[in-house]
Amino acid sequence: MLPETVDPPFRSIQVDDTGCLTHFLTIEGLGREQLIGILDTAKEFVPPPGDSPNKSSALLAGHTVVNLFFEDSTRTRTTFEIAGKRLGAEVISLNTARLSTHKGESVLDTVRTLEAMDTNIFVVRDSASGTAHLIAKHVPADVHIINAGDGRHAHPTQAMLDMFTIREHKGDISKLRFAIVGDILHSRVARSQIHALNTLGAKEVRVIAPATLLPTEIESLGVSALTNLDAGLENIDVVMMLRLQLERMEGQLIPSTQEYFRCYGMTMERLNRAAPEAVVMHPGPMNRGLEIASNVADSERSLILSQVTNGIAVRMAIMAQLVQGGLKGGRQ
Amino acid sequence: MKIHIRGGRVIDPANNIDQVCDLFVDDSRIVDPQLARGDFTADQIIDATGKVVCPGLVDLQARLREPGEEHKATMQSELSAAVAGGVTSVCVPPDTNPVIDTPAMVHMMRQRGRRIEKARVYPLGALTIGLKGEQLTDMATLRDAGCTALSNVDRSIDNTLVMRRAMQYASTFDLTVFLTALDPWLKGNGCVHEGEVSTRLGLPAIPEAAEVVALARELALIETTGARGHITQLSCARSVDKIAEAKARGLNVTAAVSAHHLHLSEKDIGEFDTRCHVMPPLRSVADRDALREGLATGVIDAICSDHQPHGLDAKLAPFSESAPGIAGLETLLPLTLKLVDEKVISLLDAISRVTIQPARILGIDVGQLTPDAPADICIFDPETTWQVDATGLKSQGSNTPFDQLLLNGSLITALVSGKIRHGE
Repeated sequence: MLPETVDPPFRSIQVDDTGCLTHFLTIEGLGREQLIGILDTAKEFVPPPGDSPNKSSALLAGHTVVNLFFEDSTRTRTTFEIAGKRLGAEVISLNTARLSTHKGESVLDTVRTLEAMDTNIFVVRDSASGTAHLIAKHVPADVHIINAGDGRHAHPTQAMLDMFTIREHKGDISKLRFAIVGDILHSRVARSQIHALNTLGAKEVRVIAPATLLPTEIESLGVSALTNLDAGLENIDVVMMLRLQLERMEGQLIPSTQEYFRCYGMTMERLNRAAPEAVVMHPGPMNRGLEIASNVADSERSLILSQVTNGIAVRMAIMAQLVQGGLKGGRQ
Repeated sequence: MKIHIRGGRVIDPANNIDQVCDLFVDDSRIVDPQLARGDFTADQIIDATGKVVCPGLVDLQARLREPGEEHKATMQSELSAAVAGGVTSVCVPPDTNPVIDTPAMVHMMRQRGRRIEKARVYPLGALTIGLKGEQLTDMATLRDAGCTALSNVDRSIDNTLVMRRAMQYASTFDLTVFLTALDPWLKGNGCVHEGEVSTRLGLPAIPEAAEVVALARELALIETTGARGHITQLSCARSVDKIAEAKARGLNVTAAVSAHHLHLSEKDIGEFDTRCHVMPPLRSVADRDALREGLATGVIDAICSDHQPHGLDAKLAPFSESAPGIAGLETLLPLTLKLVDEKVISLLDAISRVTIQPARILGIDVGQLTPDAPADICIFDPETTWQVDATGLKSQGSNTPFDQLLLNGSLITALVSGKIRHGE
């Protein structure tokens, strides 16, 4: 009933008055053209085979990018660092454990301090859902926030690099069927992948997990939910595995790692139940022998290493487009 | 002082009165209009033409933050907010610091309330010492100090036997037990309703079962002990069904709902709007509609504000780390009236849910305009719209999702015990 919550599509804070993307917080609400725009731009940042990457781009010269990681990450932080540097920006990375907001410095205090040092882009990761949104609501209009993962909510740059990798290896997403397998409940990657796949018109998106790891009403995001992996892989072209975070399992969400691998681990035998030439993806870091067998992870059908490589180009594209503006048009 | 309130539309649900007439106050009590006709010489005449004159509101749940959290608010600020919202009686949960588990604390709260000279303060006593859920408080002593009901607030009493004995002992002394139905394990670290929004935003969720399971236990204990129980807040459709069934079976149980649960749903959280972080959580639109239906059919007896003022920082955090609660004292009346505009209940019925019904639950003699009752009166203009301005509230807390909303029903005057405590 609140005035600003007119039923969707409500205007997201990541879009400004003119419809331009000013922050990159979530895939939800973005239009197909916006996503394609990012993916096409990213193509230009992929170095030709054999060439060394183009380090002389000056698109972000004079800009400062701060990687503000309240939660540990090596892979994501590193690719953002490289992406920023290749665009000519100054990049500072802060890995800072965050105290509960009631003690010590709050998230916003930290951001305001850094803002005073003329930061143009904040790349934010936090263990709580909504932190990137919170910061975006409280920075001046010329500061851009990129969500590098917030709690269980969203990891939009990961989803974009996944889309890029799929298009590179399998072509048109609208002709493909997808299965996302594993801990859907706690996964920000899965949520962003679901939005991206649906926006890009995937033929079908299934999520597969035991009932303890499936969020309620997940179907409302436009997927079908299944609990049987063997049956669920039928006709699937792309299998997107998720990392199982053992510390979250509390001995109750899954009884044991052995049983999990037995029922939900990706083996070559299982992969063969999917469509011919189906590929496997994983956002990393992998738990080999828990959610994915080594021979699958290292096989020709695994796209895992190209995901990492493409991460840099996709993140360059997002940074460049935020600063240059021009990503118009949301979901109608 | 004698006051003559002239020409208002007097609505007194306790006596089923809804008519334009005069109301007379002598000193601290309502005067029988038959007796007043002759020799009543008013010291002050209040012209209430075009206004509604009803009993002052009775709020079953409001945190005043004092003692213990004076950095958030004080009794002075919150009792001023109460009368500014037409609330003349405020029931205060015992989770202050120190906890209200001794007669000294009860006396202190009441005395402090009296000195402020705004709304009346009715402290609830703790059900267990320190709200720890282990040892029963001296309930008879608390009653003699002025408590009419006891509560363990949201600190669950995990040991069911302790809860059973608490109910038995409370019923021995005719004390009502206020119960918060929320299973601590199913709640876990959840902060929103388990449903579409928790899934979309990836927020830790609280299933409706957290309420329904706890409610089932409390109802079974009420039934077998014969205690009088009041469920402080319902949030979902299944709880309404459970209360309806319990009442049909003749259990001694009442239930309330917060004003915000009657107007908001999980959808209002939008993109992590921490102002909509409340406990119990805002649930689905269907749940909200079932709460409205439950109110209309009388399954739900009363509407409370669940007033929880916070400092600004409390809501400037990631959603799950923000403090739950809404500063609701000043929006209780207009949000209740909005239910009338939206054809949920009649005006007479709406007013009963914030006056006589909560007064009966609490076992106090206010909430009515019966001759000789305490002259707690609320006069409001049902036609004038009022735009909520969070920072302009009398409450120290500006945490309200209703900021900038246009609401009907602006308060003109509030009298407590025959004295004007707000307006003129």
